[in-house]
Amino acid sequence: MSAPARPSPGTARPYEFPAVHRHALANGLRLVVAPMPRLPLVTVLALVDAGAATEATGREGIATLTARTLAEGAGALDGATLTARFESLGTAFDGSADWDSSLARLTVTRSRLEAAFALFAAVLTQPTFPEADVARRRDERLAELAQQLAEPRGLADERFSGFLHARECRYARDLAGTAHSVAGLDAVAVRAFHAAHYGPRTTTVVVVGDITPEAAQRLAEQAFGGWTGGRAPAPMPAPRAAREGRRLVVVEKAEAPQSELRVGHIGVPRAHPDYLPIVVMNGILGGLFSSRINLNLRERHAFTYGASSGYDWRRGAGPFVVSTAVKSEVTDRAVVEILREIDAMRTAAPTASEVSLATEYLAGVFPIRYETTAAVAGALAGATMFGLPAEWFSTYRARIRAVTPDDVLAAARAHLDPARALVLAVGDAAVIEGPLAALGIAPVERHASEDDPAEAP
Amino acid sequence: MVMMRIPVETTTLPNGLRMILSRDHATPVVAVNLWYHVGSANEREGRTGFAHLFEHMLFQGSAQVAANEHFELVQRAGGTLNGSTWLDRTNYYETLPSHQLELALWLEADRMARLLPAMTQEKLDTQRDVVKNERRWSVDNQPYGTWWERLPALCFPPAHPFHHSLIGSMEHLTAASLDDVAEFFRTYYTPDNAVLTVCGDFDEATARAMVERQFGAIPRGAGRPPLPDMTLPPTFGEWKREVVEDAVVAPRLFLAFRIPPAGDDAWYAASLLGAVLGTGEGSRLSRALVREQQLASEATAFTFDLAKGSDLLVCDVTARPGVAAATLEAAVVAEIDRLLRDGVTAGERARALALYETAWVSGIQSVGSRADKLSQFATYRGDAALVNDEPARHAAVGVDAMVDFARARLQPTNRASLLYVPRAVAGVAA
Repeated sequence: MSAPARPSPGTARPYEFPAVHRHALANGLRLVVAPMPRLPLVTVLALVDAGAATEATGREGIATLTARTLAEGAGALDGATLTARFESLGTAFDGSADWDSSLARLTVTRSRLEAAFALFAAVLTQPTFPEADVARRRDERLAELAQQLAEPRGLADERFSGFLHARECRYARDLAGTAHSVAGLDAVAVRAFHAAHYGPRTTTVVVVGDITPEAAQRLAEQAFGGWTGGRAPAPMPAPRAAREGRRLVVVEKAEAPQSELRVGHIGVPRAHPDYLPIVVMNGILGGLFSSRINLNLRERHAFTYGASSGYDWRRGAGPFVVSTAVKSEVTDRAVVEILREIDAMRTAAPTASEVSLATEYLAGVFPIRYETTAAVAGALAGATMFGLPAEWFSTYRARIRAVTPDDVLAAARAHLDPARALVLAVGDAAVIEGPLAALGIAPVERHASEDDPAEAP
Repeated sequence: MVMMRIPVETTTLPNGLRMILSRDHATPVVAVNLWYHVGSANEREGRTGFAHLFEHMLFQGSAQVAANEHFELVQRAGGTLNGSTWLDRTNYYETLPSHQLELALWLEADRMARLLPAMTQEKLDTQRDVVKNERRWSVDNQPYGTWWERLPALCFPPAHPFHHSLIGSMEHLTAASLDDVAEFFRTYYTPDNAVLTVCGDFDEATARAMVERQFGAIPRGAGRPPLPDMTLPPTFGEWKREVVEDAVVAPRLFLAFRIPPAGDDAWYAASLLGAVLGTGEGSRLSRALVREQQLASEATAFTFDLAKGSDLLVCDVTARPGVAAATLEAAVVAEIDRLLRDGVTAGERARALALYETAWVSGIQSVGSRADKLSQFATYRGDAALVNDEPARHAAVGVDAMVDFARARLQPTNRASLLYVPRAVAGVAA
């Protein structure tokens, strides 16, 4: 049987990101509509300028608890009734908070949109926050946190943030609050947070799917036109590292068959002008399957099932981190390889082939990433959250393809720094501590899994 | 009811490969989705985990493709890709810009036709270690992580093909040889044991010609060895119980019921009953255990969607920390018994159906997930177009059918409980 030769590509067909229509209501509420009429489905998303990053010390978790409790009562309807109504419409109200915004969203079939939209607006504008339901959601958050800290991955992520950021920095504590801070939250605090920050001037409603801009505008006028109140929270001070220089932390997890590794440092804010070269640089380093770190740790050494790197994009400078889980016995060798790859990224420019792999991938998957109403709504919410220009999506693919090897090298030199890396391993200290200490990259600081650096006295 | 017709055109090539084309020009992207009708159920004794290990080997190159080059070529073309293994199938899939369609077909065809020339002991050794790390990551070093293998082991008898671990044991992974790779490939990775779906932005005549060019010359296989008879009695015949001590902070209960295989009329009643019990915060389990009694932090129910012999309906409920396992189990069982006693209401059925419809339309939004559904229906049910009957088959289930089904299948003689308890208080719940 003869083997057909590798085919050449055909002619690329044009792609357009869905057209975006913007409109402001008289009360200041901003409406963003993107019609995607291919299927009878609509995603509705509300973005409120009330993120976790600006929470007061000791009140961490209030943004999340408020968002999660919005649908526990609105006007005359109690939480159980609201849940039943949403679900009878084939949807569910999802309230959450991010570092920079509070978010509410639902996806519903077109024929049920009007009824779901009215309920959605009622929940945002007239929540009642019953004491018992706020208390239950608070206790659910505490249970969630306990589960997260019992998982090696959850524990590693949480402790990495805690050891990375200065204690007084909000980023040192979990997005949804710590056991200590959440335990002190109640209905009074939640009502006050909603009253202060939720309102038309702090809210953007995004509607994506089988709907016209005019119809979305009518719905928004009806449901949100009479809303008042809300002010943006004070800006957050710039994030600070807990310490200068390199640090090596072992968090004890007795008899763990694997070490969860986190290696990184504070990154850059989302609005940084180097954003695109950084994204390409990270793709080459650890963002792609064929990245240097994954091929090294997984395919060359078989230390792991997978290894990746990423920037956590926020308004402030969030973490840059390499994440992997490796067999306990090779923890030290994996750390050496990770630090070596970070360093190599800054030493010489990547090849043209490496850069084109990352840029062609990022440009090519763009239409694939935005096939669904929920994904487009999420992208438009992100653009609002970070203040991206209106032409961001229409010009993204051309700009990403314009990134050069020199741009990548410059970005790596400016934004990667193994000398200030925090190296954290959650694993079996009896097996991993000695070899890690022998690397001589920094003295080993050993902690019990319960030691929370952000809460330490 | 939401009415959506996915266009489906099926052709069988002379070598037995079933080709499904489904056009959609909304976005200039195309999905290629290949299902091989082989999973962990087809493994031979002493080689658990092999089907999944083999899936890894399929990314290690073929005659014209170097190790890991499959990933690189697809990503360089601006596409996404992966593969996965399940109890009775393995799938491989790419979504790419539409002008790169033939690249994905060529990559899939090269490994279907010419995998073995590229296989080496070194590649096998590396992927074996990668898979062992995958097992540590997803099973051994993860609270409750063993449920993936313990629940099927509890629910299917030892000789049954669904009984054993999908990811496999460390011992069996160590024992896998290059000869096993060759034998598995020749037996199962043949065009007559595969379904190829192309979904998205393409011209049908062009796509058909591409598929024929790439796959047409691959010879048919010798035929798949039959699986043993997988028929089981309609119920377990008893209440099976297993208590597992694990490094967890709160008890978690998996309560399973044996149900007919996916596609059976009665399976649709089970699917809707699952939504009544455990889809959304307004479901019975969530409302009673999470909202009202506050014993659980999460409660869901789902079917495994097994299409051979029998399927499982599973309630998955995690206790709040501090709640005893016995208390959790008693509360879940009380809800099941209440359903048996009082039946379900028309409102509950309507709610379940509405949630199903939204999930169904959402689930066909991307060409990748739509292609996977078409391959699934062609493989399991023999006809991809049956996917278009799914909403109607769910809608045809009335309240009486749901109640009859519950009374036949949710009885104490058809229950299997897998109960995780924190190690420190082990024994309390037994």
